[in-house]
Amino acid sequence: MLEIKNLRVAINGKEILKGINLKVNKGEVHAIMGPNGSGKSTLAQVLAGREEYEILEGEILFEGKNLIEMAPEDRAREGVFLAFQYPIEIPGVSNTNLLKNALNEIRKYRGQEPLDAMEFLTLVKKKMPIVEMRQELLSRSVNEAFSGGEKKKNEIFQMAVLEPKLGILDETDSGLDIDALRIVANGVNQIKNENNAFVVVTHYQRLLNYIVPDFVHVLQNGKIIKSGNKELALELEEKGYDWLKEHEAEFVAAK
Amino acid sequence: MTLNNELKNWYVTNFKMFEEGLNGESKSKFHLVRKDALSKFRELEFPTTKDEEWKYTNISPLLNYNFRQPVSIRLKPEQIEKYLFSTKDFITLVFVNGFYDESLSSVPKEIKGLTVKNLSAALKENSPICEKYLSRFAPYQSSIFTALSTAFVKEGTFVHVEKNAVIEKPIQLLYLTATGENIITNPRNLFVIENNAQVKIVEIHKSLEENVNFTNLVTEVVVEGNAIVEHVKLQDENLKSFHISRLEVDLKKSSNYASYNVSIGASIARSDINARFNDEGGECTLNGLYLAHENQLVDTHTLIDHAKPHCNSHELYKGVMDDKSRAVFNGKVMVRKDAQKTNAFQENKNILLSDDAVVDTKPQLEIFADDVKCSHGATIGQLSKEGLFYLRSRGFSEELARTTLIYAFASDVVHSISISEVRDKLEEMLAEKLLK
Ligand SMILES: Nc1ncnc2c1ncn2[C@@H]1O[C@H](COP(=O)(O)OP(=O)(O)OP(=O)(O)O)[C@@H](O)[C@H]1O
Ligand SMILES: [Mg+2]
Repeated sequence: MLEIKNLRVAINGKEILKGINLKVNKGEVHAIMGPNGSGKSTLAQVLAGREEYEILEGEILFEGKNLIEMAPEDRAREGVFLAFQYPIEIPGVSNTNLLKNALNEIRKYRGQEPLDAMEFLTLVKKKMPIVEMRQELLSRSVNEAFSGGEKKKNEIFQMAVLEPKLGILDETDSGLDIDALRIVANGVNQIKNENNAFVVVTHYQRLLNYIVPDFVHVLQNGKIIKSGNKELALELEEKGYDWLKEHEAEFVAAK
Repeated sequence: MTLNNELKNWYVTNFKMFEEGLNGESKSKFHLVRKDALSKFRELEFPTTKDEEWKYTNISPLLNYNFRQPVSIRLKPEQIEKYLFSTKDFITLVFVNGFYDESLSSVPKEIKGLTVKNLSAALKENSPICEKYLSRFAPYQSSIFTALSTAFVKEGTFVHVEKNAVIEKPIQLLYLTATGENIITNPRNLFVIENNAQVKIVEIHKSLEENVNFTNLVTEVVVEGNAIVEHVKLQDENLKSFHISRLEVDLKKSSNYASYNVSIGASIARSDINARFNDEGGECTLNGLYLAHENQLVDTHTLIDHAKPHCNSHELYKGVMDDKSRAVFNGKVMVRKDAQKTNAFQENKNILLSDDAVVDTKPQLEIFADDVKCSHGATIGQLSKEGLFYLRSRGFSEELARTTLIYAFASDVVHSISISEVRDKLEEMLAEKLLK
């Protein structure tokens, strides 16, 4: 589904991603962990099409199509969804309005008829229980005066409605209390099926207790320095990232 | 200067014709005011950018025309229908080329506590209210345009709401210019709302054709104790026209006045809005929205005078500027020495959609009391990049993302209008303009 080859990315002349390789197949969950500032959000934003970043080298293929050449909206319409680490507030645009337009733009791209008001409402009603979304939040402006947790929930709710093929979750768990974490993670599990895939950026093992990853990658200083299965996350939790550094140093020294 | 004098002579000559057309009414007391205003008009000069109050607004294009007195023409109801709210739900006064058109208007024979009629009729009847208030607040001694308006006072809307009367039906005033090249109209409004009374008034200024016309509007509003007034104005004249307007609001004890000033049309649109708290406990809201494109210039000067303690004012003006348009916002809040416990909030926010658009914004707080809460702020910015990216990442085209954000920014100003038909219509109109 997604193939990233030797991706190098800079912002303001500073290289942040220094050669990323990653392959995600449908039905898979990949977790990306790594210290602050290592480039996790950069990778997520680049996948979604943020234009401020400069692609120095490499390729991003999504279902065989070159994503780098695609506008952000076309990526969304092709089925890429980013749940933002810091969802922004958009005063004056209601959540309902956002979802309806987004859904119909995506449908138009795919040659489908737009949903009318009734069909749309029915769909929204059906999706609300997935993350226990409250009706009252829907009629409010996007994320305006939402609590940190509500913002994150709202991202997953949008994902539930838009049904992307690839969901990129950038620290969706940070700022969530224990109950909210469970609700959001359960939501993701309900959305997950054999035809979609997820890239989950997180600092904590506890999210991965719910959303069980098939692969765990450690991103450090713009590179994936180690990949493994879900056990790797447990090991990281226990030993921290420094352990990997030593490990890597030993590895290099032995050579 | 000689050019200016020629132009002034032109209007003075026109005044003679105007006077002849007044018939018996030229013998009324008010006619002395007209004549006085005319002599002030002669003495005053048209402003230039050297005048502090007109620093950014060069009105020389307006001075290139010898605007003529209008001739009345007849329109069919079908021609104006779409500019009106339902005449069933609104009391309706229609003016075409400055003349009241009774057949197009719809004023119920009798509504308890309400007098609403063409100002010229009120003057003919020697209405004591008119006599007392007309021209009392609009300073023709110092403003040449107000002097011009006052000299030519005739048609316009007179609203008088008696004590304790709550007028349920909103009043709509439609001022249209139609056939006629280079005409000037001087619509004049006087609204007097007595103690405990309530009324809602909507004015719409619109041109039906693409002629260069000049609307020189003056409105005076008296809000007596505990009265509540909501006043919406939509200026949607063609992009060749000139629209100069003055609004004077006199607020008495614990009165409440809210203005919504939406300015979309005209090549040069200038509004002077002055509100004075003349007693304690008043509330004044001045909200405004201007949208400008091409070479439009829209200039708003407001003054809220907190002359008495315990009053609240709330002012929000927003602008969306495209192409080579230019906006001027000058918002003055004056808190006088006695005006303790004043709350004054003022904000001017602008979005520039093009590199060539310009905004000059100048909030001015002059505070002479010490126990007050005042804030003001002005912003000029572009659409938020983060907002655009967020919407696009959800599938919105770039265009839809832009218009959605602009609409959200702008429509906020009209959301608090209480007349739902008016709010809906304005929102719809904004959506149409912005989401094209
Ligand atoms: N606009 C920018 N200009 C310069 N440097 C930037 C800019 N945006 C991001 N960076 C830098 O890029 C690096 C990677 O940032 P990124 O947000 O991708 O980290 P992250 O791994 O998501 O961290 P965290 O775990 O704290 O969310 C950081 O050092 C950051 O300071
Ligand atoms: Mg991050």
